[in-house]
Amino acid sequence: MRLQELAHSRTGDKGNVSNISVIAYRMEDYPLLLRHVTAERVGKHFADIVRGQVERYEMPSIGALNFVLHGALAGGVTRSLSLDPHGKSLSSSLLEMEIPGRG
Amino acid sequence: MRRIRIGAGAGYSGDRIEPAVELAEQGALDYLVFECLAERTIALAQQARQRDPDSGYDPLLEERFEAVLRQSVARHLRIITNMGAANPAGAARAVARVARRMGLAGLKIAAVSGDDVTAQLRDRDLKLIESEGSTRDIAERMISANAYLGAASVVEALQHGADIVVTGRIGDPAMFLAPLVHEFGWSMEDWDRLGKGTLVGHLLECAGQVTGGYFADPGYKEVPDLARLGFPLAEVEDTGSAVITKVAGSGGRVGLDTCKEQLLYEVHDPALYYQPDVVADFTSVRLELIGPDRVAVTGGTGWPRTDTLKVSIGYVDSYVGEGQISYAGPGALARAKLALQIVAERLQLTGVRTSELRLELIGVDSVYRGAGVTNEPEPVEVRIRVVGRTDCMREARRIGNEVETLYTNGPAGGGGAWKSAREIVAVVSTLLPRAEVQTSVSYEVA
Repeated sequence: MRLQELAHSRTGDKGNVSNISVIAYRMEDYPLLLRHVTAERVGKHFADIVRGQVERYEMPSIGALNFVLHGALAGGVTRSLSLDPHGKSLSSSLLEMEIPGRG
Repeated sequence: MRRIRIGAGAGYSGDRIEPAVELAEQGALDYLVFECLAERTIALAQQARQRDPDSGYDPLLEERFEAVLRQSVARHLRIITNMGAANPAGAARAVARVARRMGLAGLKIAAVSGDDVTAQLRDRDLKLIESEGSTRDIAERMISANAYLGAASVVEALQHGADIVVTGRIGDPAMFLAPLVHEFGWSMEDWDRLGKGTLVGHLLECAGQVTGGYFADPGYKEVPDLARLGFPLAEVEDTGSAVITKVAGSGGRVGLDTCKEQLLYEVHDPALYYQPDVVADFTSVRLELIGPDRVAVTGGTGWPRTDTLKVSIGYVDSYVGEGQISYAGPGALARAKLALQIVAERLQLTGVRTSELRLELIGVDSVYRGAGVTNEPEPVEVRIRVVGRTDCMREARRIGNEVETLYTNGPAGGGGAWKSAREIVAVVSTLLPRAEVQTSVSYEVA
């Protein structure tokens, strides 16, 4: 199923680094996110635009993951030539990811 | 138990005006905070100040103060803002002028200075953070360098009875932390409370982003009445626990989901949220919905602050030229692709020198930048976008011109050409030893 069915997401920016949260709508789906939405998969999803490492941080208390994408903003918000220099749309892109369903 | 009520009146420099008025009138606030300073804003303000020494503060400062000052005085609420940008003292004088014009004499306005560290950065070679390189690479093109100050100077101003405190660069959450430190007498080494106060500030600093702004996704996440979005306020206890809410009857909503999204907004490692006063730790945060539009925030803590302050440096990076033109109807995509091909060839034929060039189809591949692009049905209209980086303005102009000439030289039916050329003031960040940053507070009485 599409990640959008299980989670919501918001993008933030600092310099040339983007962070994308992935937050379970229902706390009981958090383990599913933990298992399937890995740093490696997110890195692959954004392979065309991320130049550096992808890190994942876990926030079990709120059922959320936080991904930090280094070198993801085409040189940084203030100098990027992108139409979306902040990378605000990256959260929507990530929610397109397909993951196995609740089973 | 005593609670301090702090409202967020703006989340960025151009933010809506009326939500702050609503908060001032109906929020029963003790403090109203306006966060108006994005990364690049201070560099642009410094350029303005070089042209006119009295300017360099937020262009909407007068308008915002005119909108809220009478209510604020009547209700004894104090205002804290970073609208001082590159000229906090000039901003304080401007606020005093507004107050006098409105017949509100006797207001005490504090200006916090010392964030400008241009002198300290001269002849230094400091490694950049959040991007590659060092300060030496951009030394000759530097416009501004400002350290993110902590809460201490704002606390000092409040202790000296300031009704309004105007700063330049300061950690955004610090503007919310300062009144808590002042009111509850928190120690500046009570890391747990400083961490919790920073958490409250972090949730509020982007104003409408915690009350339903930057959130709605029809069919998945509904938010009522975004045209009248209410801005948030926090009711904070001495323990650092807080309730995030908004004025009853305003648009938007405060929920667990809106708070969770904002909790992680612009955060990297949630266990180490570096701020000038404390390293906040959000991993133990608990959120609970305790009523309509009321979320209780407990937990969270903090660790001793580091020996350095983050500094953001504005510099002239490059010049950018851009052109756009639209194609619609049958074959729109093919004509748009042909147009891009023509422009690419023209830039080469005429020898336009770019260090970076993007040829995009708006509606197809411009926002996503290649990530997750699928084979959707052909769009009924598409707009091409050609944008390139150059080392002078003259060269930048040639890019937009090559798009504009498609009107008479390109594919059929190209319409709505638009072009621009602009100087790019960019921002990079570094770290400076805290001991090198000296702050001071001056006062203006209306």
